[in-house]
Amino acid sequence: MSQQHSTVAYQVMWNRLISVVEEQAQALVRTAFSTSVREAGDLSAGVYDTQGQMLAQAVTGTPGHVNAMADAVAHFIRRIGRQNILEGDIYITNDPWEGTGHLHDITMVTPSFHKGVLVGFFACTAHIVDIGGRGFGADAQSVYEEGLYIPIMKFAVQGEVDETLTRIIRGNVREPDQLIGDIYALATCNEIGHRRLVDMMEEFALDHLDDVANFILENSRRATLERIAALPRSSADGSMTMDGFDAPITLKVSVRIEADRIVTDFTGTSGVDKKGINCPLVYTKAYACYALKVAIAAEIPNNAASLAPFEVTAPENTIVNALHPAPVALRHIVGHFVPDAVYDAFDKLVPGLVPAEGAGCLCNFQVSLRPRTDAAAPADARRSEVLTFNSGGSGARPMYDGLNATAFPSGVMTMPIEATEHAGPVIIWRKELRPDSGGAGKTRGGLGQYMEVGAQEGHEFDIQAMFDRVDHPARGRRGGRGGAPTTIIRDDGDAMRGKGKQFVPHGRRVVMAFPGGAGYGDAAERPKAQVMRDLALGYISAETAALDYGLGAEDIAAVEAAVRNGEPV
Amino acid sequence: MTSSMIRLGVDIGGTFTDVVLEKGDALFSTKVLTTYAAPEDAIIDGMHRVCTKAGVSPSQIGQIIHGTTLATNALIERRGAKTALITTEGFRDVIEMRTESRFEQYDLNLNLPEPLLPRHMRFTVPGRVDAKGKILVRLDRADIEAVVDRIAEAGFDSVAIGLIHSYLNPAHERLVREVLLERLPDIFVSISSEVSPQMREYERFNTVVANAYIKPLMASYLGRLEARLKAEGTDGRIFLMHSGGGIISIQNAADFPVRLVESGPAGGAVFAAHIAARYGLDKVLSFDMGGTTAKICLIKNQTPKTARVFEVARTYRFKKGSGMPISIPVIDMVEIGAGGGSLAHVDAMRQIRVGPESAGSEPGPACYGRGGERPGVTDADLVLGKLDPDNFAGGSIKLHPDQSKKALAVHIGDKLAMDPQEAAFGVAEVVDENMANAARVHAVENGEDLSEYTMIAFGGAAPLHAGRLCEKLGVDRLLVPPGAGVGSAIGFLRAPFSFEANRSVYMQLSDFDPDVITALLAELKAEAEGFVRSCDAESPILSEYKAYMRYSGQGWEIPVALNEAQATAPDAATFAARFEEDYAKLFGRPVVGMDIEITVWSVNANTPSETVRRVARVPMGGEAAHVGTRQVFDPVRGSYLGAQVIDRDAMQDGQHAQGPAAITEAETTIIIPASRTALRQPDGCIDITAKGAAS
Repeated sequence: MSQQHSTVAYQVMWNRLISVVEEQAQALVRTAFSTSVREAGDLSAGVYDTQGQMLAQAVTGTPGHVNAMADAVAHFIRRIGRQNILEGDIYITNDPWEGTGHLHDITMVTPSFHKGVLVGFFACTAHIVDIGGRGFGADAQSVYEEGLYIPIMKFAVQGEVDETLTRIIRGNVREPDQLIGDIYALATCNEIGHRRLVDMMEEFALDHLDDVANFILENSRRATLERIAALPRSSADGSMTMDGFDAPITLKVSVRIEADRIVTDFTGTSGVDKKGINCPLVYTKAYACYALKVAIAAEIPNNAASLAPFEVTAPENTIVNALHPAPVALRHIVGHFVPDAVYDAFDKLVPGLVPAEGAGCLCNFQVSLRPRTDAAAPADARRSEVLTFNSGGSGARPMYDGLNATAFPSGVMTMPIEATEHAGPVIIWRKELRPDSGGAGKTRGGLGQYMEVGAQEGHEFDIQAMFDRVDHPARGRRGGRGGAPTTIIRDDGDAMRGKGKQFVPHGRRVVMAFPGGAGYGDAAERPKAQVMRDLALGYISAETAALDYGLGAEDIAAVEAAVRNGEPV
Repeated sequence: MTSSMIRLGVDIGGTFTDVVLEKGDALFSTKVLTTYAAPEDAIIDGMHRVCTKAGVSPSQIGQIIHGTTLATNALIERRGAKTALITTEGFRDVIEMRTESRFEQYDLNLNLPEPLLPRHMRFTVPGRVDAKGKILVRLDRADIEAVVDRIAEAGFDSVAIGLIHSYLNPAHERLVREVLLERLPDIFVSISSEVSPQMREYERFNTVVANAYIKPLMASYLGRLEARLKAEGTDGRIFLMHSGGGIISIQNAADFPVRLVESGPAGGAVFAAHIAARYGLDKVLSFDMGGTTAKICLIKNQTPKTARVFEVARTYRFKKGSGMPISIPVIDMVEIGAGGGSLAHVDAMRQIRVGPESAGSEPGPACYGRGGERPGVTDADLVLGKLDPDNFAGGSIKLHPDQSKKALAVHIGDKLAMDPQEAAFGVAEVVDENMANAARVHAVENGEDLSEYTMIAFGGAAPLHAGRLCEKLGVDRLLVPPGAGVGSAIGFLRAPFSFEANRSVYMQLSDFDPDVITALLAELKAEAEGFVRSCDAESPILSEYKAYMRYSGQGWEIPVALNEAQATAPDAATFAARFEEDYAKLFGRPVVGMDIEITVWSVNANTPSETVRRVARVPMGGEAAHVGTRQVFDPVRGSYLGAQVIDRDAMQDGQHAQGPAAITEAETTIIIPASRTALRQPDGCIDITAKGAAS
């Protein structure tokens, strides 16, 4: 008894679906065990029509799931087979190429039935703690070493969980209870979405979602195409270079604006790396698409139609289109630099819109603590794994300074150091802004941060570093200067590397400085009041104020007096 | 609280100061404009007005219960004292670095809110406590003195002290305070281990900074208020409503003014809880809708749900993460930018959007005829027949439907090929849907099913929208109490003396130490009871214990209530069972095989609330007389229906009205949808139920 609905009713239904997926994501954040989900928001949730077209997606901590999620359900429909999709089923995978880029992301899909008929799907993804293999790091030579691979398959058949599968999973991972807990959390999250969808369909007397799907997709497509049509039809090339693991990696990109699409192509980009920092195309697409969408169509919600006009291509076996069985565990490092590469090109097409380069990838590290081995360890010394998420500065924007110690393009959160110190015998001695690290410019790059990490008495540790921009600091735009590079060193002066596992003996600390964002425009054009404010707040030193911005001695003295008197700036 | 005592409830809001006097069973209320320069003036004015109405003199007032937005506004408008922070070396920027994330991912020009104290007002001292409370690095007086010199030179009025892990070991914070006061005895000092002894440095530091920032202002205001009331001949003791829904002494309020933040809305929730008690309702959703925002709160077993942390001063479309976190016990509410003044527009997807931008009172929505050109929710309500243009706000403001139609046509209808009526329908549906979604998300986060709930609606705009909201949420019963316009001030009079003390002490159940727990809970209980005793020397005090628990590895704790026996003779197996029971209720199923940990402990001490007289529900009697009919749009049918117009004051106990109907009163109108029936209860509540629903 499908009935005609008013435009107002369709609007309400669209709003409702967005609310449903936000609830779905919220339920996951509250129940997940994985730090990356619960603290950092590394998850996603979406609702789909029967064709596998994404209708709405929760806005969560990571754009990396944007397109990956949009494509995933179609893979599930194809692999499972339509005729095998039954009420009560739950599907699972961690396939990096058909899911979201590495084995550490579990994607689960649940078909939604109403009155016995398939009406749509719910999907959600979360970054889990451990999937076995070598552990989370770049050390594997191939995806086979990175952990357990779960092809697209049924986790539950008509409500019955496949116990053989759960036993295999339990037998292959380091934290089986947590992982099974996370898998159930994902299943629950889809179930919550399903129940709310059924409520909506009953309220509006719907038998299917086809009409509301058309309404959502048509309006989104039209709005997105209007934005694209307003841009100049031309193309430009860009590139950026990052440290990589053993050798620098260059991302080359051309962006071409056509009447009804923007095509981003990565021809010329470096080839796959031996280490696990390779990126499946789906993850590259996500960040390329995010970069463009946030610049020109930010408020249009993500769905199949609003994403479709952003086409992304890359030659096979480039680092941004790594094929099976390339190792891909730390694909985020390359992925997080994709927006900087895309913006290098896009700025030539549409000036004055996109920021200068920023810190790019998150400044994450993991410490593996254990009782000291060079001498007798105290009785209460223990082993522990502690992962932290941290951010450098973002690039200066045409109108505003970059953000200090704030993630971009990723959207994840850091953890409180008090919580981190409860997680294991680690001590964070310092975590604060890094003055003079933001690139000078008319608008200044965001500041990076200092961190200093050691262990409790009686412990030594390995640090797994996942940093970039040691040799390739953020580049300024339109005359702006570069941001400060990453540095990492032991407190006794021993050199350390930006990536890889490194031993730190008892009593020693690791001293890190995370990169600043680059500046935008000529520093000489920066208003004096802002330079004086930066100086008063200690964002820049008196030397930088004088050298980079030409602030005179009297002005510097005036600022110093104001600071002594505690005057507002 | 003796019922013979004459008591005064005072709520200072952004626009109005509400004053309610309670004498026996009778309430006398007034609204006066808030006097920003000297807020006590409005109180005195209002007090005299209600005293005159009640025929009593100010000297007869025995108690004054006061709540205020002054603390909140001082934080929002950054009108606090010249304040410094002293923190641990290496952590100068905690309040500025926040969570290192962007609360809105799809905005390249996003700017984060400025920290309450800029960087040059933040100082550091050496010394370090570890995660077990052990001192890793000693803190010397000489190091502190160097910082004190700089504070003295700069002439700060107030100082916040927040050191790493101080919730476990406050020794260093106390030492800094001691040295500071030796040198500067008149300076205001707040320390984080007293203001908010909870783990998570960003929240704790921000809370102590907020406390320090508003302390001189609030201390001065409370001092003036006390003196003014004395001068007017009032000897009654003054108490302050706090954000957790209870009341504390004026001295405690001056020491911990951050606890006064959001005390007005807390009063509203207490008001709704009191109505819930009168009706014996265990599951209530309170819905408070005013000019700019709507607030929604879950009230279970006649107690508003509480939380340990909330956000104040959101800077970006009420978005989570765009404000500053304050970790104090607080009534847990969702606040969204949806009120009568919220403005509507059409976005790039040709969708109608409403709020959070608001027309305010000047120029107001288009229908005020004061130059407002953009359509607001009130314009939609007017065009849909929910408001009477000649009788708005007691006839004090004449509304102009033609202006509303014009604004709706220009900004909505013309862009979407809709006539003004359909545009109005769209605006009303979108705002109602926004509120319904906020309520649904809040319910899901708390594992609740709203279809089992009763709604209690108050605030000027709520009765216009509550009926539709109930339809959307599948809520069968709605109560609109009398006095809804001054609900918070009435709520203050219903609040118990209460204080919640809490502390972060980390413990795994596998490493369970009953002695530590017993001692900790006894200490928290003594602290909380001390606060209550300072307000009320005689009443019995009830203590509620809670442990915030989670599976090891999770990030979200759930509060698990413990009874007296569990708190005084704790054992791990009982704690585990209690946790798993609550966890399963929230999230469906417990997780087998995981260790469980406790992060925070709390004890809430309170005096028992006054015995509530239950309302004897009247049977459905005759039909209420109507004074006319008008066309009111029914969103379910999608058309205008002839609605009876009934004067609320003329409605007798037990009389009913079948929807569609509009029950009018001086301050607002209750819209009864076609799907509902309204019945007047003996306490003046309008009791609105779904036709055909068993209630």
